[in-house]
Amino acid sequence: MTATQPRQGQGQGQVQGSSPAAGAAPDSLRSPEPPDQPASAVLVRRIRPGPAVAVASAALIVAVLLGVAIGPAGLSVPQVFDALAVRLPWHPDLGVSALDTAIVWQIRLPRVMLGVLVGSMLGGGGAAYQGVFRNPLADPYLLGVAAGAGLGATFVIVSGANLALTPPVAFAGAVAAVALTYLLGASAGRGGASPSAGSATGSMLLAGIAVAAMLTALQTYLQEQHTQILAYVYAWILGGLSAATWSDVWLILPYVAVSAIALLAHRRLLDVLRVGEAEAATLGVNVARLRLAVVAAATLGVAAAVSVSGLIGFVGIIVPHAVRLTAGPSYRVLLPVSMIGGAAFVVLADIVARTAQAPAEVPIGVITALIGGPFFLFVLTSRRARQDF
Amino acid sequence: MLSFDSLIVRYGRAVALDGVSGRLAEGEWVGLIGPNGAGKTTLLNAIARLLPAAGEVTICGQRATDLSRRKLARLIAYVPQRPLLPPDMTVSDYVLLGRTAHVGYLRTETTADRRVCAAVIERLGLGPMAGRELRAMSGGELQRVVLARALAQEAPVLLLDEPTSALDLGRRMEALELIDEVRRERSLAVLSAIHDLTLAGQFASRLMLLADGRVAAGGRPADVLRDELLVPYFGPAVQVMTTEAGEIAVISRRLPAAGRSGSA
Repeated sequence: MTATQPRQGQGQGQVQGSSPAAGAAPDSLRSPEPPDQPASAVLVRRIRPGPAVAVASAALIVAVLLGVAIGPAGLSVPQVFDALAVRLPWHPDLGVSALDTAIVWQIRLPRVMLGVLVGSMLGGGGAAYQGVFRNPLADPYLLGVAAGAGLGATFVIVSGANLALTPPVAFAGAVAAVALTYLLGASAGRGGASPSAGSATGSMLLAGIAVAAMLTALQTYLQEQHTQILAYVYAWILGGLSAATWSDVWLILPYVAVSAIALLAHRRLLDVLRVGEAEAATLGVNVARLRLAVVAAATLGVAAAVSVSGLIGFVGIIVPHAVRLTAGPSYRVLLPVSMIGGAAFVVLADIVARTAQAPAEVPIGVITALIGGPFFLFVLTSRRARQDF
Repeated sequence: MLSFDSLIVRYGRAVALDGVSGRLAEGEWVGLIGPNGAGKTTLLNAIARLLPAAGEVTICGQRATDLSRRKLARLIAYVPQRPLLPPDMTVSDYVLLGRTAHVGYLRTETTADRRVCAAVIERLGLGPMAGRELRAMSGGELQRVVLARALAQEAPVLLLDEPTSALDLGRRMEALELIDEVRRERSLAVLSAIHDLTLAGQFASRLMLLADGRVAAGGRPADVLRDELLVPYFGPAVQVMTTEAGEIAVISRRLPAAGRSGSA
């Protein structure tokens, strides 16, 4: 019985053949018949992401508060909240020191906010890529974002240019790499006999592997020519939010916002794609256009995130799957909840990264894998395994 | 309603469809028969524009190549032979996918869309199962679910690729009767590939015999289901019989070893 219970508020036995529990279903559980469908006993309900979004949002709020409250300066929680309140337009005289205000507003808050933006893009981008490529192993770095950004960053570091140039050049490298992958993959896919067989998707994934390999080779070559900069390059590649400032936040906010809105707008179409590209096409979806729109939107956001945070692995693949296992696979739920959950996850991982070995920092990518792995395995084994995707 | 003219499809050098033409009137059921590899599925895919094909497809006076995917999907609904069924999707969510072509690009389904789906689900007797996940459905039920999705498209043309091949004899008959009922209710033009020649003759108003990518014969079932037309393509074991009720049955006999060696 439980195996076939509808989730996500899609009916409480109204459309089930039998009552959910032995004679004991309280009336409050039964949804009233909507007035607009009086004639039919069949209810075709809306998929509502509400409950899952609420849970994820609560987790994010807790993560943000923890992120602001915890740090090496040893501020008490009331001090932190007073310091937060000082910047509000109307506030009582709280007698907060300028130093405390600066710690909270100039160090902790921008770092937490940057973690929110980066995490939302990695989580949402991973979910979007898995949907559009119909591949559970897809992650946001799939089409060469990581390799392109890494090459760009290495190039700046090697050339001795101002390190402030790293984000824009890494961003450009990431976008260029995905554009290259896309063009190569699309043209190779067109050569196939059957566009309905998903050959475009397959050739795009293969093109992504080739482009990533080439760019990584170039990047390795560059860094081996300049071994004195290895430490910088590795610090960047392993990812981290330690240098976060408000200017980073404002820099990537527009990209993140545009990307998030565009991805969320495609959530229903990604659901249609779950029946495969050929069937989606017969249902009226222009699959090539959908793929381009989703890849472009995800790339924009992920490249912006990577440009300021380096390569934080694991988030884009683990968060969407954890959401899928707990809240269901519909993209109407998966996309928003992966964004919010990814943000919470990165903020929490960053707290561990900066406190575990304080005052030294552990690379956040190490933390995401170390705490994310067991967490995911827990989710995986505590839920019934889903063969489907 | 639907016409296709000189359709040619090539897979590399192999010619899968070699100038196939035909037309369907409103409310007409045309059965595509032919041996494996004759091009039945390829023809359906070419009409649905899932394959690059030379030639012309016209639906309701509009050339298929001039139509967007959305507009095409409002005119043609397609039930593939092996649809991909996400096991955790509920019946009602799956049927709702049929409304895709009626929903704006980045919008979500309206109450009207939901009402159309509810009516279709009710009509096909799936009401008690609307909230059930697809993984919990039997083969016959799934066939109806996929048909429901196609009907939710509200397209005047319905393409079916072996709609009953996965069903037992009884379910097969039920499914075809159901398709026949909705065809009449909605005046659908139905083009279906169908392996079972007896069933093809019982349900289709016309048959089209495909062989090696060409139309080998076409016409009323009684004119197509004849030994001299079928044996060259299906082998000497095939025999056409007429039952006492006057229905045509196509059976396959076991031949003595000597007769088999001469088969095509």
